[in-house]
Parts: sequence; structure tokens; C-alpha cells
Amino acid sequence: MANAGEDAIIEMREIRKVYDTGKIKVEALKGIDLTVARGEFVAIVGPSGSGKSTLMNLIGCLDTPTGGQYRLGGEDVSKLDRDKLADVRNRRVGFVFQGFNLLPQISAFENVEMPLVFGGVSLGERRGRVRELLEKVGLSDRMEHKPTELSGGQMQRVAIARALAMGPDVVLADEPTGNLDTTAGGDIMQLFADLWRQDKTLVVITHDMTLARRASRVVEVRDGRIIRDVSSEEVA
Amino acid sequence: MSASRRDLGVVLHLFLGSARLQKKRAFLTIASIAWGTVTILLLLAFGEGLKRQFARNERAMGENLAICWPGESSKVWKGLPEGRAIQPRIDDILVLQQRMPDVRVWGEMSTGRTLLQYARKAVNGRLIGTNYVYGDPRKHYPRPGGRFFGPQDEEQKRRVAFMGYEIAEDVFGKEDPVGRTVLINGSPFTVIGVMQRKTQTSAYGGQDKNHVVIPITTFRALFGRDKLNVVVLHTETEDEMDDAIDRMKQYFAGRYSFDPKDERVFGIWNTVKGQRISGKIFLGMEMFFGIIGALTLIIGCVGVANIMYAVVKERTREIGVKMALGARRGWITGPFILEGLSYTLVGGLAGAVIAIVIVTVLGALPQEKLKVLEFMGQPTLSWPIGAATVAILGTAGLLAGYFPARRAAAIDPAATLRYE
Repeated sequence: MANAGEDAIIEMREIRKVYDTGKIKVEALKGIDLTVARGEFVAIVGPSGSGKSTLMNLIGCLDTPTGGQYRLGGEDVSKLDRDKLADVRNRRVGFVFQGFNLLPQISAFENVEMPLVFGGVSLGERRGRVRELLEKVGLSDRMEHKPTELSGGQMQRVAIARALAMGPDVVLADEPTGNLDTTAGGDIMQLFADLWRQDKTLVVITHDMTLARRASRVVEVRDGRIIRDVSSEEVA
Repeated sequence: MSASRRDLGVVLHLFLGSARLQKKRAFLTIASIAWGTVTILLLLAFGEGLKRQFARNERAMGENLAICWPGESSKVWKGLPEGRAIQPRIDDILVLQQRMPDVRVWGEMSTGRTLLQYARKAVNGRLIGTNYVYGDPRKHYPRPGGRFFGPQDEEQKRRVAFMGYEIAEDVFGKEDPVGRTVLINGSPFTVIGVMQRKTQTSAYGGQDKNHVVIPITTFRALFGRDKLNVVVLHTETEDEMDDAIDRMKQYFAGRYSFDPKDERVFGIWNTVKGQRISGKIFLGMEMFFGIIGALTLIIGCVGVANIMYAVVKERTREIGVKMALGARRGWITGPFILEGLSYTLVGGLAGAVIAIVIVTVLGALPQEKLKVLEFMGQPTLSWPIGAATVAILGTAGLLAGYFPARRAAAIDPAATLRYE
């Protein structure tokens, strides 16, 4: 486990999130303190309704907190506007979703290329980078295939390649094995383990304790608070 | 790379990517815009043609004319009873011309049917005796090779005649009448000109093409008459007319002793009033055509917006994904606005080309052969029409793209990305 503090990627202090739906105010997060250091592999677990999705949206800069401070890669992102947040997501976060969320009408290559387009990477550089990434996830022979022509496991690998495209500070995965069968899920878990070994910082939100046990650290969220934060060896 | 160039690059990349996938949709949308454009352009072009032709026909008699028929007094004036006939004479015209140098004044005397003879042909026609100033304002333009009579003809009571083109054909057939002699009421006259063809929709006494005009002095000598049937005023501008009529009445009131405020002495047809009314009618008609055309075009644009809304809805998840990957709001809205604009612009251009072709083809049809065109005129595309259409198209295109785009930008990526 890397040393937190100096080399912290994620630093959350007293993070609160209140959803104001007119009459009812729902306090989804009631003060979260979370620090993730570079090179950590963190699994966030918890039952549905615990606030872990909200936590993921905040970590991924898809939403801003109601209170508290959030520094991502040393940058305070708690109060950025939508476009600034978009830039932060582009540069610092790589998303992997349960439902893959690939754009269906374009090829694997173009899907991986998309964050690079947003990042203003030149065409020539994009080509090389996308090829390299798809090779890395073992799909060099599937570059021109559309998502519908790929299996679930292959689609998730494209998604992982896409998440890695901009060299993010953190790869944020939401139930990455949730839609996959055991074999494909196992492959993806292996891929994550490989990435961790290559010093990538990974945050995975999951129900899947098999996956959680592969992480270096397990954070359990319940009722808007962190109730347990332990290294994976301690997880029963 | 500067921010704006990067923005443009990203937007173009996304736009081209989506355009490539939406050929059929793009085609249908463009077709609906083209249809709307053709409709608005043709409606306005026909309206413009109709207006121009109508104005030309209506003004074929002349513009800014006041035709004054003398009648009877209806008020007691300076001890004289009412009901006295007021009868202007030829000499009054000379006085009026001197008093009102800014106004063209002439008198007219006429016969209902006068015998015209040439060779073995005998035709009855209407004969007008008038002053030489009548020619231009009454649009009695001679065909090449002929002329209207001038001051010398009038002064010297020359026996010269200017003929309407239809009566000229009745009398002379295919022969060129100019220079030939026609017997009018038994007296020989030299034909000095034949009127150019014109479509005339307003007239007093009869259509110009059917009458023969001779100098008023010659007419007096021929028939021994001195009393004018009508006095006509022509002013340079519409605004001068009321004053000109007042001054004429003042003169005659003094000359023949009647109350200058007596409205019944002259029956006056002031064409300025009609011109103003028909101007308004045509403005109204053009607006009506414009509105119908614009509505048609708007339907096309609503279609565009509708399709784009559907696309936004259908692609909600995609848009969410793009946002998660770091697309700024402008990069989401840009391609939609560009799409809406390009559909309307391409459609508008296609529609304009089609409309221009139709108008050109109609314009090439011979007008003399088609009676309809004589009154409907030729559809005419003018710059204001073009500018109005471009403005409507541009606005509609922007709006058609803007509203769906705004909805797209309002998508919350966090809400769209989780689970199926």
C-alpha cells in the first residue's frame, strides 16, 4: 500500500451531499472523509441506498458536493462549474460502467478515441495511443468492430481502454463485472489486478465480494457514512 | 491549440461523425425544409409578379390623374340660383395651363361613334379631341416609327390622328397605318402614330386601344364644338393632387360664378386615392402570402426540431457518456445546433434553386400567348424576398437546433450512466 498524505490522489474532507427534491431533502452523504493514495486499489462496498453511488458521482466529478472539500490530484474540485468539471473528468478520471456505456454506432477504436478528442490530442497522436491501449486490453484484432459485434467481456475491455486513454489519476469503476458471466468477470478482475500492478489507482464500487477482496483496501459505506475502512486481508 | 479552435475541432468531429450515420434522416429533413423554401419563395414571387403586373395594368391609363366631369351647381351663389350647368371651354384650358404651370392640364371632347374609312373599310370608333400634353401622362406611347401630336399640330389645327392599336388594326388590317390617310367623319387625316400595346384595367369612356386621338383644335373645327366633356389634371407626385384640384375649382368658380366649396359641380375621379388603396391592398396581399409561406417553412423547421428532440432523447445515454468522458456543454450542443443549421441551410439552398428554376421557366413563357399571364404577371424573385427568406430560414434553423441542444445540455450524466 502506498503512503497516503503526500501522494494522495483523492482527498475528501467532511463531504456532504443533500438532494433537494422540492419538499423533501435527502441527505445522501453525511460527512465522508476519504483519502486514496496513488497506486491504491480501493473497493467501495455497501448495500443499495447506502450512498455509494452518490459517493461515486462525487469522486468522478459528475456532481459537486453540498458541503466539504474535495481535492482530486491536488486540485480543489468541490466548486467547479460544469465545463471545468468536464475538463477534470477528461484529464483525471477514467470511467468504467456496469453497462459498458460504449457509443453503439461507432467502432471500438473511435470509442477509445473519444476522450482523446475531448482532450484536444492531435489526430496522429490519437491513432498511436488508441492502438496501444487496445493492444494492452488484448483487442488489437477488434479495433474496427462496433460494440454490438463484441462480447460483454470485450466491450468492458474497450471501456477500460477508453478509461485509460487520457492517463487519468484514477480509474473509477462502477460494478464492472455486474453484467458479465463468471469467466468474463474473472478476466476483467484480472485486468484490474494487472493495472494495479502497473501502479494505476483504482476505485471500484461493487457488491461483488470476490472483486472487493482483490482490492488493497475495502471501504464500506452505510447510511451516508463510512462505517469500515480496512485493508482487504481483514475482510471476512 | 487555442480553446476556440479546440472547441470547433471537437464539435466538427462529433458533427461529422453523427452526420455520417444519419443520411436518411438528414435527407428527409432537408427535403422538408426545401419544400418549405420553395413554397415561400413561389408564393412571394407570384405575389410580387401579380403586384407589379396589376400596378402596371392599373396605371396603364396613367398615374396621378384627376378626371373632372363638369356638372351643375348645387348651391345658391351671389344671387344666382342652384342647378346651373357649368360648362368649361377650350380656352379655359389655356388659362389653367398658364395659371398652373406645375400641373399638366388638358381638356377632352369626344364622340361616341365616328365613321373611320380607309380604302373599302368603314369602321365606327370613338374619337377624342384633346391637347397635346395628353400623350405622355395618359401613356399613349407611340410604336417605333410614329409619334403623338405636338404643340404645332394643335396650334395649326392639323389633321393628324393617333390611333389605338386595336382600332388601327380594324381599319388598316395588317398594313402599317403610319403615314396613311384615314377619313374621319369624311375628312382626310394623316395617321402619325399608333399606340404601343398595353393591358389596361381602368378607363373612362373606353379602352385606349379602341380610340383615335386628334388635336382639340382640329376637333373643334371639324365638329364645331367648344364645350369640354372632361378636364383632366396630372401632377408629378401624389401629394400635389389635392391642391391642384382645389386651384382648378377656384378658377372655374370665379370664371363661371359658383361656390368654390360646391362639391357637386365637378364629378372627380382622383386616381391617387385608388393608387393608395391598391397599394395597401397589395401590401396586405404580400403580407398574407408571406405569412402562409413562412408558416409552411416553420412547419418544416418544427419537423427538424422534432426530429432533433427525438434524437436527443434517443441519445440521452450517449450524451451522458460523452459528458462523463469530458465533453463540455458546448461540445454537446454545438453538433446539434450545427445539424439544425446545416439542414436548414442545405434545404433552403436546394429550395431556392428549385424556386429559381420554376420562376425562370415561367418567365421564359411568351406572355402575349397566355391571357392569364397578362393579368397575373410573371413571378418575380426580388432581393427583399430573398433576404426575408434567408432571415426566416436562419432564425428557424437556429431555433430548431437550439432548443433540442439546450435539452441535451441539461442532461445529468450521473443520472444516465448507472445500470440499464
